[in-house]
Amino acid sequence: MTLSPLRPTSEERERRLQEIRREAEKLQPSELHPRQVEPIQQPQASAETGYYGTPVLKRPQWTVEVPIYFFVGGAAGAAALIAAVGELATEDHALIRDARWLAAIGGVISPALLTADLGMPSRFLHMLRVFKVQSPMSVGSWTLVAFSSSSVGAAMLGELRRRRPLAGVPFLTSAAQITSALTGLVLATYTGVLIGATAIPVWNEHVAELPAHFAASGLATAVSLLELRGHESSALNALAIGAALFETAMGAAIEARATPGTEALRHGVSGQAMRGAGFLSGPLPLALRILGLLSKRNQQQFRRAAAVSSVLGSLLTRWAWVRAGTASAEDPRVPLQIEKHTP
Amino acid sequence: MSTTAFLTDSTLCIGCKACEVACKEWNQVEGDGFEWKGFSYDNTGALGHSTWRHVKFVEAGALPGRGGNSPDAFTWGMLSDVCKHCENAGCLEACPTGALVRTEFGGVYLQDDICNGCAYCVVTCPFGVVERNPDKGRAFKCTFCYDRQKEGLQPACATACPTESIKFGEIEPLRERARARLKKLREDGFGDVHLYDPTESSVGGVHAFFITRGDPSAYNLPPEPEVPTVYLRKGWISAGIAAAVMLAGTLLAFAGSDKR
Repeated sequence: MTLSPLRPTSEERERRLQEIRREAEKLQPSELHPRQVEPIQQPQASAETGYYGTPVLKRPQWTVEVPIYFFVGGAAGAAALIAAVGELATEDHALIRDARWLAAIGGVISPALLTADLGMPSRFLHMLRVFKVQSPMSVGSWTLVAFSSSSVGAAMLGELRRRRPLAGVPFLTSAAQITSALTGLVLATYTGVLIGATAIPVWNEHVAELPAHFAASGLATAVSLLELRGHESSALNALAIGAALFETAMGAAIEARATPGTEALRHGVSGQAMRGAGFLSGPLPLALRILGLLSKRNQQQFRRAAAVSSVLGSLLTRWAWVRAGTASAEDPRVPLQIEKHTP
Repeated sequence: MSTTAFLTDSTLCIGCKACEVACKEWNQVEGDGFEWKGFSYDNTGALGHSTWRHVKFVEAGALPGRGGNSPDAFTWGMLSDVCKHCENAGCLEACPTGALVRTEFGGVYLQDDICNGCAYCVVTCPFGVVERNPDKGRAFKCTFCYDRQKEGLQPACATACPTESIKFGEIEPLRERARARLKKLREDGFGDVHLYDPTESSVGGVHAFFITRGDPSAYNLPPEPEVPTVYLRKGWISAGIAAAVMLAGTLLAFAGSDKR
């Protein structure tokens, strides 16, 4: 057996080994970084993590039309109430008329928005196949039908009464007006029950607050839109102040209630949206309206600024609640009661 | 006519996914794409509009010093998940069209010609089972093989299961079988077996119960599922109060304001 000619001689090999040794001796201990072997962080399936941290619940599949409907329907319902009460207690015919039209326009847009959200819009009439008192969606569909027809009727009959006061028209107008106001009260509040009575933790943990929050939000929108249309009744200002006070309290309550299921209202995109919505609906319009009351000269400007803030705040409120539902559905910790196991 | 149920036993499941395949073939459920989940042999993820049977894979680490055939050795927990067909079903209560109905076998069945895709069932299912198909528009879920049961046949998944991990039968005898199986497993040294059958919660029992090793939470089975109708009372009371306050406030504001 012969050695390969390329193989270095024994002397060369020894020299090379010494060279390696000297090289190694130059290294200071501080330059050596022993790598600690860390296990790969993989999602686990266990009582503490659930099934690899995947959601237990399904995310809401509603499209953006649904929060917009909550906003439009809430404002329309409150506007119908303002029209009916205005007719009862004031002679402000311009305000009554605009409130009626606001309700009617909302009553036309709302079903369109809901139909657009359906996966099969051509089957929208299936909503009226049955009436189920245990389904807020069914109650809401029937309420919306009654509201839309009565509010459009009230607006049309109101115009007829103004131009040609035929016999029976005033009575029919009042009947439509009252129906629209009563169904409007349901319309402005039931959407809170609709999302509150679900499996989504952030919603069902607020089932008692949601209808009231949506009612205040709807009332503030209706009042603000009427103010932006040029109405200056002090009743509108009083209602707006009431709503803004409630919104401020609601914002504080959301911040204070730090349960695991309500995290989505304070963290992430939905949390930021909810905080922004709270500020635009509560403290900001409240401050602007108080400034307006104090300043005799610029009251109208302050009220208008407050109105713009309330409308934007209300729209954002509805979106933030729906978005919070998505974040909440993705979190398996509440349905699996993981916080209880690992404090 | 009898009330039927599934018993799915993870201690017998070998993770072959025959139930998934059989379900898809029989019910002509569409494919659900191909996506690596990256956490186990399960690349399906969860039940949904195109997945009515779903095999979950739970890897449980070995305890040091144990090996061989010891019950404490490394385990693969496999469990075929399915719609629970609740006694008080959130989806059924919430459905505004009446598309979701209770069948004579006790299952919850979705009538495909009625559903209009409002997606309210999606948020009212405490198990995250029902889902709207974005392409077809309407919701889809396990039918409990209503068509097969009508003909006196077992559901497709139970028929295809090669190890009888999925058992099907009348509900009460099946419950008895489940309890007997649990007892046997405990006697054999599997101390950590659980029967998942939430009869105590507001869903009032299910038509699909499960035997798992370890906590059922590891399989995303919620310990106390609630049918969302339990929240209705509180919600409507709040709505009533809110409406009354709104009405009174508006009356007060206008009565007290400058009449013009």
